[in-house]
Amino acid sequence: MNGFPILSAMLLVPLIGAVFCLFAEAKAARMIALVATVIDFALGIMLWANYDIGGAQWQFTEHLPLFAGFNWALGIDGIALMLIMLSVFLMPICIGASWNSIDKRVGEYMAAFLMMETLMIGVFTAQDLFLFYIFFEAGLIPMYLIIGIWGGADRIYASYKFFLYTLLGSVLMLIAMLWMVNETGTTDIPTLMNYDFAPEAQKWLWLAFFASFAVKMPMWPVHTWLPDAHVQAPTAGSVILAGVLLKMGGYGFIRFSLPMFPEASAEFSWLIFALSMIAVIYTSLVALVQEDMKKLIAYSSVAHMGIVTVGLFAFNVQGLEGTMIVMLSHGLVAGALFLGVGVIYDRLHTREIDRYGGLSINMPQYALFFMLFTMASVGLPGTSGFVGEFLALAGIYQVSSWVTLVCTTGIILGAAYMLYLYARVFFGVQKNADAAAMPDLDRREWSMMAALAAVVLWMGVYPESFLAPMRSDIAALDARLARARPDGDAQLKAGERPLKMIIMDLPDRGEHSTNAPPPPPPLPVTKEAH
Amino acid sequence: MDWGHSLRLVAPEELLSISGLILLLVAAWAGDKAARAISIAAVAVLAGCAFLVAPALCNGAMGPETVAFFGQYQADAFSSFAKLLIYAAAAASLIVAPAFFDRVKGMRAEYPILILFAVLGMGIMVSATDLITLYIGLELNSLAAYVLAAFLRDDERSAEAGLKYFVLGALASGILLFGMSLTYGFTGTTSFAGINDALESGLSRGALFGIVFMLAGLAFKISAVPFHMWTPDVYEGAPTPVTMFFASAPKVAALALTMRVSLAAFAEQAAAWQQIIIFVALASIIVGALGAIGQRNIKRLLAYSSINNVGFVLIGLAAATPQGAAAMLVYLAIYVAMTVGAFVAVLMLKDADGNQVEEIADLAGLSRHRKVLTACLAMIMFSLAGIPPLFGFWGKFVVFQAAVQADLVLLAAIGIAASVIGAFYYLKIVKIMYFDEPANKVVGRSDWAHQALLAIAALCISPLGYLLTRQLGDLAQAAAIALFHFT
Repeated sequence: MNGFPILSAMLLVPLIGAVFCLFAEAKAARMIALVATVIDFALGIMLWANYDIGGAQWQFTEHLPLFAGFNWALGIDGIALMLIMLSVFLMPICIGASWNSIDKRVGEYMAAFLMMETLMIGVFTAQDLFLFYIFFEAGLIPMYLIIGIWGGADRIYASYKFFLYTLLGSVLMLIAMLWMVNETGTTDIPTLMNYDFAPEAQKWLWLAFFASFAVKMPMWPVHTWLPDAHVQAPTAGSVILAGVLLKMGGYGFIRFSLPMFPEASAEFSWLIFALSMIAVIYTSLVALVQEDMKKLIAYSSVAHMGIVTVGLFAFNVQGLEGTMIVMLSHGLVAGALFLGVGVIYDRLHTREIDRYGGLSINMPQYALFFMLFTMASVGLPGTSGFVGEFLALAGIYQVSSWVTLVCTTGIILGAAYMLYLYARVFFGVQKNADAAAMPDLDRREWSMMAALAAVVLWMGVYPESFLAPMRSDIAALDARLARARPDGDAQLKAGERPLKMIIMDLPDRGEHSTNAPPPPPPLPVTKEAH
Repeated sequence: MDWGHSLRLVAPEELLSISGLILLLVAAWAGDKAARAISIAAVAVLAGCAFLVAPALCNGAMGPETVAFFGQYQADAFSSFAKLLIYAAAAASLIVAPAFFDRVKGMRAEYPILILFAVLGMGIMVSATDLITLYIGLELNSLAAYVLAAFLRDDERSAEAGLKYFVLGALASGILLFGMSLTYGFTGTTSFAGINDALESGLSRGALFGIVFMLAGLAFKISAVPFHMWTPDVYEGAPTPVTMFFASAPKVAALALTMRVSLAAFAEQAAAWQQIIIFVALASIIVGALGAIGQRNIKRLLAYSSINNVGFVLIGLAAATPQGAAAMLVYLAIYVAMTVGAFVAVLMLKDADGNQVEEIADLAGLSRHRKVLTACLAMIMFSLAGIPPLFGFWGKFVVFQAAVQADLVLLAAIGIAASVIGAFYYLKIVKIMYFDEPANKVVGRSDWAHQALLAIAALCISPLGYLLTRQLGDLAQAAAIALFHFT
């Protein structure tokens, strides 16, 4: 990029837009916000186009020492690139979703959203530990205001809960960061990613980071802020919350917990598995009985995030790649589903499932889009959801077949609640006259839905476009994790007679394991079989 | 040791006392008509004093050349840092006063003079390196402060605040004096350096009691838990400009004094007082945060907030390292900016008749018609809660960094987790101003001096404040080194 600080530019554009929005009239504010987010999206495409796949691990780096050990250090790898793309892609859609539905204090609303965009991109680009923390935590302020000012009836409670839960998680992480910097003398994240902390210290550090990311993710049992926040937030707030903010938790695990504390990660993986399994089953069952559409989708988000966490702690390439695709896919699909709920909420001002019914008759286009996103959420082949979940579960199967069994059950439950939702809203008789009189999608809504649908299908049919930039980074992470990789229960044990097919597919485990439990002894039987 | 050198070192105190006396005479002859002119003169005097102390800070003055009057007084970088903060806070409380008193009763000429004498006392406090100097400074400051608290004679709450402050303050002074006498009795000297030398060989039980009583007396002055009970009542009852003064300048002075006593006089026996400070710090954070939750009056809420903040500052003291001392000074500087900003904003809240609005519930929906004021107040609240990217975060950050560097990880973890409780009531104010339906109580306008002060404070605590971190950090570092380099 010839030294053009594109990442700083991406941070600056929404920030400038936000300042202008504060002082603009409603109409002008909408326009400014749209223009700023579209410019950022264009910059994002430029970023992707210029990203050198297979090149240096950290690209577009910027470095400027600021003060007291702080650095303005930015830079991205493939993982960050994909999450930035997700953010800049969703932002114009969010602005579009709020075009008519927000009619009070528009300038401040748009300013809060643009501020949010700056902070989200900042989280994914920061290469300085404390810069990351500032971006990570500063996001609380605009989100608190978005939920509290423009949210639903119970917004105050939800905004407090969101703020305080996340703050408590983050401050513990701050202490851990201070300790790490004191220990290593650097705030540079890439350096820290290759620093070997003492195993005893890793435990505490891991737990502190876990406190923060588990709340952000969110994992059971600290997920309760999410349904409240989602239900009360305005549509665009839910989209950004589900689409990007939740991904910060997963990003945090990938960027900090796993590479910085591999031994502790392996040691605590039972905790992650246990919490994730509970999350997948329990929240799926809870979703099944929801009467509020947004709440249902919110609980389904928690369930999907359960798949993300088990995939992350599978300690292998499939698991990590699958996790990344699940995160991207969930960002799009959950965002689209919330957008879909917003479409009918704008018309009828209720999210109660019972108030609708037979919408496929009067809103056929809408029903079609919603069907696609429902299928993607369920994980139907051909949609983005399938790719991610399949890879993640294939990864986790190498570690524990029991966890896989439970998580797969969760996916079946997922199909149950999503299809049940779809049936109640779109099929059946048109029992409510006002719901039956709703018009189909207008052009603005149609274009937002179509954009999301196109990407969901693209990711489902040709995920390689999205996996390619991340491949070398995930390989690097996998190599870093190799020394702590746990042995799976699905591995062949000495004396067992494997099927030939399985032998062909078995990855060569011997070269990775160094200090982990001894690799399975060579199997004399197989050699004879060849 | 020649007298000329000593007198040169105490130049700011001389300027303050002489101009204070002259202005008192002016007030006696000209009466309350001259109140405004005297206020302006007082601000000018404070600015002059700031110029006198600034070189010592910039040069990082320390060591024997800074000692005056045979070890009774020290004008080093540390005292200069504290004095600059005190002068700034005092000047701010002078600037906001006329508009406030004009509406109540008319500005009285004694107000700026009392502030000047209080500042003089504080200057002596932060420069004291001897128990006698310490006590003179403390009492000079306290006596002026008692009168200031009761300044609105006809207002019951103000009179009550003054009386309460006086009775409890006198008790605390007694406790402090008792501790000083024990310390003197068991070490045989009143000089900080001498006490430190005497404690080098070991800590007798009597000296330990001396330390405990002295810290108890000082804890009262900085309103740390469990000696904080007077704070909410006094802060609520005192006239708001005086409250602003109490929450900023004397707090800086008393904390600086506590630092000098702990880190210079009792440096050898750090282990003896560290656990006391750790307890007091955590108790202040938690009680300050919990106490604030139920408050309905914004001045009482800010009183609890100041208790809470003192707890965070004391975490830096618990570290007992130069980094910890530097972190405390950085925190204090940011704290002064936040406190001044918060009280200026409170002073700007007026109803249709121009009366002060102090009930938090009356702020409901303020953001609809007073956008800039609300945004500033919200920023101050988030900053007090320590949420990045506002500057208040930096203060907490350096303090906790110092604690972690001193291996007090657990203290840091508990302290920072408790700060989440504090975030709750700061959020409550933001919630009331932004989320609730307008109460339309606050409609009065405010003058340009308030707006300018609020703008400066808001600018300092905004993310732009981080541009100052390097200078602030360097100055605090120099001051902390000077503090540890005692003779």
